[in-house]
Amino acid sequence: MTERNRLEAGGRIDRSHPLEFRFDGRSLTGYRGDTLASALLANGVHLVGRSFKYHRPRGVLGIGAEEPNALVQVARGAQTEPNVRATQLMLYEGLEASSQNRWPSLAVDLGGLADLASSWMPAGFYYKTFMWPARLWPFYERAIRRMAGLGRAPAAADPDDYDHMHAHCDVLVVGAGAAGLAAALAAARCGARVILADDQSEAGGQLLGERYEIGGRSALAWVSGAMAELRAMSEVRVLQRTTITGHYDHGYLIGCQVFREPGQPDPVGVPRQRLWKIRARRTVIAAGSIERPLVFPDNDRPGIMLAFAARAYCNRYGVRSGSRVVVVTACDDAYRTALDLAAAGVGIAAVVDLRPSGSGHLPRQVRARGIEVLIGQRIVGVRGRARVEALRTQSSAGGAIREIACDLVAMSAGWIPSVHLFSQARGELQFDERLGVFVPLGRLENVVCVGAARGTASLRGALQDGFFAGQVAAQACGLAGREEAQDIATVEPEEAPLDWRGIFGAASLGGRQFVDFQNDVTVDDVRLAVREGYDAPEHLKRYTTAGMGVDQGRTGNINVLALLAEARAEAMTTIAPTTFRPPYQALSFGAIAGALVGPLHAPTRKTPMHDWHAGRGAVFENVGQWKRPRHYPSAGETLQAAVDRECLAVRRGVAIADVSTLGNIDVQGPDAEAFIDRIYCTRMSALGIGRCRYGLMLRQDGMIFDDGIAARLGEQHYLVSTTTAGAASVFAWMEEWLQTEWPDLRVYCTSVTEHYAQIALSGPRSLELLGPLVDIELDAMPFMSMREARVAGVPARVFRLSYTGGPGFEIAVPAGRAYELWTTLFGAGERFGIIAYGTEAMHVLRAERGFIMVGHETDGSVTPGDLGFEGRLAMDKPFIGKRSLRRADLLRLDRKRLVGLLTQAPDCVLPEGAQLLDEPIDSPQSAAPVAMIGHVTSSYFSAHCARSIALGLVRGGQARLGDTLYAWVDGRAIEVTVTAPRFLDAAGKYAYG
Amino acid sequence: MLLIPCPWCGPRDETEFTCGGEAHIVTPRAPEDLDDEAWGEFLYLRTNPKGRCAERWVHTHGCRRWFNVLRDTVTERILTVYEVGARPPQAGDD
Ligand SMILES: [Zn+2]
Repeated sequence: MTERNRLEAGGRIDRSHPLEFRFDGRSLTGYRGDTLASALLANGVHLVGRSFKYHRPRGVLGIGAEEPNALVQVARGAQTEPNVRATQLMLYEGLEASSQNRWPSLAVDLGGLADLASSWMPAGFYYKTFMWPARLWPFYERAIRRMAGLGRAPAAADPDDYDHMHAHCDVLVVGAGAAGLAAALAAARCGARVILADDQSEAGGQLLGERYEIGGRSALAWVSGAMAELRAMSEVRVLQRTTITGHYDHGYLIGCQVFREPGQPDPVGVPRQRLWKIRARRTVIAAGSIERPLVFPDNDRPGIMLAFAARAYCNRYGVRSGSRVVVVTACDDAYRTALDLAAAGVGIAAVVDLRPSGSGHLPRQVRARGIEVLIGQRIVGVRGRARVEALRTQSSAGGAIREIACDLVAMSAGWIPSVHLFSQARGELQFDERLGVFVPLGRLENVVCVGAARGTASLRGALQDGFFAGQVAAQACGLAGREEAQDIATVEPEEAPLDWRGIFGAASLGGRQFVDFQNDVTVDDVRLAVREGYDAPEHLKRYTTAGMGVDQGRTGNINVLALLAEARAEAMTTIAPTTFRPPYQALSFGAIAGALVGPLHAPTRKTPMHDWHAGRGAVFENVGQWKRPRHYPSAGETLQAAVDRECLAVRRGVAIADVSTLGNIDVQGPDAEAFIDRIYCTRMSALGIGRCRYGLMLRQDGMIFDDGIAARLGEQHYLVSTTTAGAASVFAWMEEWLQTEWPDLRVYCTSVTEHYAQIALSGPRSLELLGPLVDIELDAMPFMSMREARVAGVPARVFRLSYTGGPGFEIAVPAGRAYELWTTLFGAGERFGIIAYGTEAMHVLRAERGFIMVGHETDGSVTPGDLGFEGRLAMDKPFIGKRSLRRADLLRLDRKRLVGLLTQAPDCVLPEGAQLLDEPIDSPQSAAPVAMIGHVTSSYFSAHCARSIALGLVRGGQARLGDTLYAWVDGRAIEVTVTAPRFLDAAGKYAYG
Repeated sequence: MLLIPCPWCGPRDETEFTCGGEAHIVTPRAPEDLDDEAWGEFLYLRTNPKGRCAERWVHTHGCRRWFNVLRDTVTERILTVYEVGARPPQAGDD
């Protein structure tokens, strides 16, 4: 045994498995079963970090999730994780941990000067000092973050695997302490499907740190028996190391199970963490309680620890956290620390009781061991900086100050029930005068707190609570409760009550008395905040940052609220505690994402021609889940050069594009015609069979939400095309109207997007190419028509239409034959110099012609009139959104209207989104704010027009043709001329040349 | 996360559904006869009650059927579900 503070025997560590680890570069040893905190304490390391604001030296305060100080950075290679609680980090061979928030080293920290300067840093310091001028805030923020940091975020991607599990149960029991085990046993014996989730590495809860007995034998033997019984039942699932962190509606809870620690090697391929999503019919919260710290000057010095933590490190890990201990307490329970440590051979200097008397059975036992008990005391301060050296105390009546030499102070102000999960589920809390804390007020419909989590102080009470709640929960699930023999009797004499009112040092004491260790909030900060008017709990919390650290104020909140009540001179019952919100314990992004990362993040949709595109070097872009070729660069070609080449091929020869991703919805039924008329603002019913028409779809508020071509395939049969991104929402919208508003219409809609692939052949030579391959007369097809045909032997629908504004066809074929047809068309087109074009060229081509693109020219606030469509509205039939178009606001002449925009310099391409102004302004510093009268919606360089072109929305744009406006770009006003939103003349030539 | 009893599929997680807002908003028979204010009220104004609230939901990732849900916005309790077009159950029916 090399750890100097490890006891010869005892504890639940596996002494046959020694482990080596490093802390701040120092090589240390521990055992399997240790946490990092217990191993550090075994090695005599108390100083584990620097505090957040004042950089004060800090030691281990607690033993579990409540720990505010011992947050460490765990790193292995490039992988690093900050803010890991040393009290929950299970030791493993080769662990590399380091302290946080110190520079250059833990022992010598220059930031500690902040401690000396702390009278300049009261509550709200950051707000008061650094808010003005606002534009310097980013600079302040950088500096503050360097000083007041909590660890470093990893720079590289998380290499670990995570997974998710969905589970359902009758009864979820949170916590495997005495009450939780009893509840799980009772529910399971009734036949309930039980999940028992516990955040520790083994069941037992607080019992693991105590020397209790249950039914005449050791409590831990009872725990083993209970666990053996539970594990033998097939409908019981026990989840150790699983923290239930979120409690949502209808019995939905989220838990995170840890299989490996950060940086721990993975020899067998288990995930690092698993996120449990549990739906429970009944939930029993047996989350235990957290010990409450005392408040006195310099109560944050290393070596000052919660009393339970001090005895639990001894009982559970075989660690003596000090060799000369003073127990300071406002309750009887902490006397156990003196008894347990004394039994382990640790020297107890004294028990200092803040209460006027100490006469219960525990104080009697302590006295009987010859340990000095001082009553009616108040703590004046401590000596020691990096480690406590003495406690200074005096009678609360005044008098001489006595200094008691010690190297460990074990303190207790009673226990704080862990009501977080109850409160998250909107359970109400009430103040309990006897316990001095907030406890659950009654129960929720399907949720109950038991044991210490509801303020039950005794072990016997916790067991009874648990058994009862487990039975009730099982009965509520329709299972017959079995009468339980109470084999759990354990004799516990009454303990004297806590005196929670006496736990604050007087203001006159001076020194810093911490209430929130993690965020460095002191008694003075709270009192100052109240004086400055922040006297509501929510305001106080935000102003002082109390309770806003990663520990969420588990140890501190109650003391902050008690101080608040004191400062307001009101009873605690008038204080409404702030609501607990999920998560109870932070979740890593890895756990939240689970396996859905990288290629599994979202489904990828590919068209049948995808491999062809990839083989031709296409650069893909994501459109929704689809991969679409954006352009097909030749070797060394820039995006612009490729787009120019593709656009010119469409304008001068022939080019081919994959338009399979556009949504297709097949609409059939006796009332299809009426339905189609109602969903488009243009008239569609007038279409003859085999004809197509472009249309806009509006929401009820009159705003455009999608567009596309509708084709009439038969008397009662239409094919509706949508944008790629709008396919799913248009389909859902149709279903909604049919189901909810028009159930009388006999219409059936089917999404057929993936049944067909669609190929666009564009350009003046497209007819020449396609003609010989089809079995119909293409010449006879009018523009905007459709014919069924065979194209190179493939059954197809041939559409004569284009989105480019020039001649062209679109050919829809069954998806399974699309690749074949594509390659046939491409082969046949080679003698015409055919090339493929991508989405970027499509955008340029349609903008040349002035065709709008949903999402560019529309943004949910654009009407058909705004785009110049008023002449094509069919106002003599009903359609969705029609009435809204008559709203006075939508008829205003100064609404933004679609226009074309041309820069003076032909090669100047405006950025999309650039704001448009009436007047030039010279610099951002110019005096008055300038009104924005519009913005650029689409902007490209057009090779065909041999210049840049842009579309925009401009206030009153219809009356501004020829006007000069200014686009604000990178701090510069660029002159633009307003034109009609179309850059080609009837012959397809640039119209303004 | 709510557990919503789809009338056709049974109880499913809320993430499978989409909420369509308040139910029983009657689309005016003759919108053209309404003035702007009345039409605006129909389009935009909702009661947003504290307590019992009838809502439209659709089982998007399931049967894709619309139905109505009577939900208590305070307790999040779902009191009942019923078909589109049916009258809302009156207080006390449950
Ligand atoms: Zn369903």
